[in-house]
Amino acid sequence: MTITDETIEYVGILAKLELSEEEKEQAKKDMSDMLAYVGKLNELDTDGVEPMSHTFDVHNVFREDVVTNGDDRENMILNAPERKDGCYKVPKTFD
Amino acid sequence: MDLMSLTAVELGKKIASGEVSVIEATKAALSRIKQLDMDYNCFVTVDEEGALAQAEIVQKKIDAGELNGPLAGVPVAIKDNMCVNGMLTTCSSKILSNFKPTYTADAVLRLQEAGAVIIGKTNMDEFAMGSTTETSYYGETKNPWNINCVPGGSSGGSAAAVAAEEVPYALGSDTGGSIRQPAAFCGVTGIKPTYGRVSRYGLIAYGSSLDQIGPLAKDVTDCATILEIISTHDSKDSTSVDRNDTDFTSALVDDVKGLKIGIPKDYFGEGIDADVKEQVMAAARTLEEKGAVVEEFDLSLVEYAIPAYYIIASAEASSNLERFDGVKYGYRTEEFTDLHNMYKKTRSEGFGPEVKRRIMLGSFVLSSGYYDAYYIKALRTKALIKQAFDKAFEKYDVILGPVAPTTALKLGESLSDPLKMYLGDIYTVSVNLAGLPGISLPCGSDRNGMPVGMQLLGKPFDEKTIIRAGYAFERTREYQRPAALTERGL
Amino acid sequence: MSKAYETVIGLEVHVELATKTKIFCGCSTAFGGAPNTHTCPVCTGMPGSLPVLNKGVVEKAVAVGLATNCTITTDCKFDRKNYFYPDNPQNYQISQLYYPICRNGKIEIETEGKKKWIGIHEIHMEEDAGKLVHDSYDDSSLVDFNRSGVPLIEIVSEPDMRSAEEVIAYLDKLRLIIQYLGASDCKLNEGSMRADVNLSIREVGAEQFGTRTEMKNLNSFKAIARAIENERERQIDLLEEGKEVIQETRRWDDTKGYSYAMRSKEDAQDYRYFPDPDLVPIRISEEWLEEIRAKQPELRAEKQERYKKEYDIPDYDIDIITASKRMADVFEETIALGAAPKKVSNWLMVETMRLLKEHEKEADEISFSAANLAKLIQLVETRAINGTVAKEVFEKIFAEDIDPEQYVEEHGLKTVNDEGALRKTIEEVIAANPQSVEDYRNGKEKAIGFLVGQTMKAMKGKADPGMVNQMLKELL
Repeated sequence: MTITDETIEYVGILAKLELSEEEKEQAKKDMSDMLAYVGKLNELDTDGVEPMSHTFDVHNVFREDVVTNGDDRENMILNAPERKDGCYKVPKTFD
Repeated sequence: MDLMSLTAVELGKKIASGEVSVIEATKAALSRIKQLDMDYNCFVTVDEEGALAQAEIVQKKIDAGELNGPLAGVPVAIKDNMCVNGMLTTCSSKILSNFKPTYTADAVLRLQEAGAVIIGKTNMDEFAMGSTTETSYYGETKNPWNINCVPGGSSGGSAAAVAAEEVPYALGSDTGGSIRQPAAFCGVTGIKPTYGRVSRYGLIAYGSSLDQIGPLAKDVTDCATILEIISTHDSKDSTSVDRNDTDFTSALVDDVKGLKIGIPKDYFGEGIDADVKEQVMAAARTLEEKGAVVEEFDLSLVEYAIPAYYIIASAEASSNLERFDGVKYGYRTEEFTDLHNMYKKTRSEGFGPEVKRRIMLGSFVLSSGYYDAYYIKALRTKALIKQAFDKAFEKYDVILGPVAPTTALKLGESLSDPLKMYLGDIYTVSVNLAGLPGISLPCGSDRNGMPVGMQLLGKPFDEKTIIRAGYAFERTREYQRPAALTERGL
Repeated sequence: MSKAYETVIGLEVHVELATKTKIFCGCSTAFGGAPNTHTCPVCTGMPGSLPVLNKGVVEKAVAVGLATNCTITTDCKFDRKNYFYPDNPQNYQISQLYYPICRNGKIEIETEGKKKWIGIHEIHMEEDAGKLVHDSYDDSSLVDFNRSGVPLIEIVSEPDMRSAEEVIAYLDKLRLIIQYLGASDCKLNEGSMRADVNLSIREVGAEQFGTRTEMKNLNSFKAIARAIENERERQIDLLEEGKEVIQETRRWDDTKGYSYAMRSKEDAQDYRYFPDPDLVPIRISEEWLEEIRAKQPELRAEKQERYKKEYDIPDYDIDIITASKRMADVFEETIALGAAPKKVSNWLMVETMRLLKEHEKEADEISFSAANLAKLIQLVETRAINGTVAKEVFEKIFAEDIDPEQYVEEHGLKTVNDEGALRKTIEEVIAANPQSVEDYRNGKEKAIGFLVGQTMKAMKGKADPGMVNQMLKELL
């Protein structure tokens, strides 16, 4: 399938990526090529095959409802690009 | 003799016997890195101070009899996508260029408990996306066999550091061949364990359903020893399994009599380099001579593994990498107008082209209207590929094949055509899709003297059989260090 | 001439589950910590961290599903819902889309004496987001992840409701069920229960549903009722003007009394759900289900039946008392401490309800202990205090949960049982009020009330009014 400017624009919104004009052209080509290539899967008859999201049959892995974590805020928040009053600071955001 | 030319187990023995101190071993690694890493660029971070401090502590514990494992005091390098508390952890990306985790990956913790001294963090393809270690924000790593060649990837820094004898062993991670392929390109040994064998806690995710941490070292004995230490059930990783068959060193037995080895014909078809084919087939004959039963068979669906892999890995990556947004850690763009502008500029400036390419693809295949056609189709294909392996393993104990169609490519050769680069993963990705264990070990060299690797694949959780087969094969040949090192008088 | 329209409403109700820890990590869910002090690498989306499911969340979700007549999904999974927002640390929320834990339930509601079943489409488990606080000082926002990862269930109803009354009745019923299960405290004003309203209108008799909108930010039953009325009118106006209703999410502003569309070019509303590879599937066996069923506490209907059998109190009282799990708990605990059911019921029905109304509080907010109510009832029973004093003391109990024995002692409120002192006071009152005395003697029965009052006043309220009455009659 051919990838349009609109598609690249739309995926950019989803992925929060802003591409330059040059990058957009490249992305259009790369994605078209890649989708053409993965289209190969359509040769395969997969009717009746369950999609396999988890490879092994492992289930019911739980934690007990017990508090195990203490307060490590001062340490963790050191990585924040901007912080204030023990919070992560971001551009003004409305709910 | 340089201490770094020893295997990890050999060095561990010398440390245990008191012949070599932990400080000496640590200094040997540090001085090798100082001497060579300007050329090879295996490391993103070298923690000289931390390593020397750790060496003192480990030595005391060894002296007090508190540490007596085979790798106590042996230096190690960690791929830069595994978190180490307080140590810069970048994934070779600009977006994490200032990130210091407050926690340590479980696999690394296990090594630390066993007395490992962490020398530093190794270079990789950005977020493990690539097969050449050229997509790193910190420059490409070069192959110690030929500095005009790539070391493979994405664990290229780890593989090259072992080959260049900068460290005796390293940890890597394998999502689509990222341990096995650089091991093959650099002439060292690496294991991609069964999915769930090693905890992923603290491993910065690329494709969560495919990622596994594993060892890179000079030989099978080292790899089995390391794997034995890092394979534990971790309650912090829901996909980590609880098993009691982790005594991998017990499989270091030189005996393949009656072992049924299958060779997929499809792995030797179009696109494979003649030298690679010849060396791998010769390796199969060697095992046959030692008593294994070798047979060719049709492993269907090989050509569908790459498309299925790239859809699944990119989809998971697009989601896994959403957290890098300039809010909690890492890089944030300097100037922005509002929140979404901050997100977009941060991510566009922070990620390199290959990462952006896969995020775009992954976001697209999950988006409304395409999910079934691409993502679900890929998951169905994955189920078929797993079935094909299950069927093959009803007949064979081990599957033997090449790791990659070629030996190490020249620097810059594959970046221009991403699709071509992806095709190089043809023999490795299906193993990740099916969750299987695989070992990659050197089996010869090509006309240019570059190493050729073969891989042995096993049933789920049957690492022991591939370790035994690999060990038996390894007995038949000497370890080859890069000729370039010898030429340099090192 | 305007046509007759029918309102069609479905609800998405989020309920915070009352577990000790978050859904995917061992951080506390306690309220009121300083910002980001209940966080860890998992609930702040640190790279390399991984989620591990809290078993208690599954059990509570199943308990709610069973109590709302749902089918429990034996193999369920978590999916990732991808969208960027600063309160969402991974920029995906772990939720359930493809295999929610419960499906096809229903609960019965009653409005104006009419009973009706409301269908429940599904219940799924998910994680809550953090909190964003606007910092007006430097025009930025601050993120606190303490609530990030608190377990939620989202209960999605069928579009079965037709009025605000039905919506309130449904929410009330749901709240009671969940409170009785102990799965959540369901406080709308504190956000532990939140309801989004999906509303559309159609001409009466039409079979097709109209285009619906989703209304968010509804923090009280009043706000819900107002928003429903407002949205119904807005949609009718649009249709009457020949315009179309646009499917969108709207935010209710309760102080201004209107809603506005939450639209942005950057919100594509394409969540790219896919199964979360970091979490393994959940398999709920028949045995596990049985275990949860066996642990299921008494729900309201069962409690009402039992009260009818065990206690001699009117059905009306039973309805009021069981309308709040908290009140029912206080009722039963007070009885367990030896108080007579009838007396306890009276205190709850009269004084407690009066004070709740006066303070504009819900019965769920009752903060006094059964122990202090039991002591108060005992003080009245033994005539240690009289009714008037008891009411005063109860106000203190209601407000501050004081110990009535200690309070009565400290404030000298005990009834004076000294006959001599009482007789002396009454004689003084008779002497001081000749007019009333004469009125009484002339047959004005009511006049004695005034004299009792005067005596009580002189005794500073610490007399037994019955005794005063009797003695007055004797002396007159």
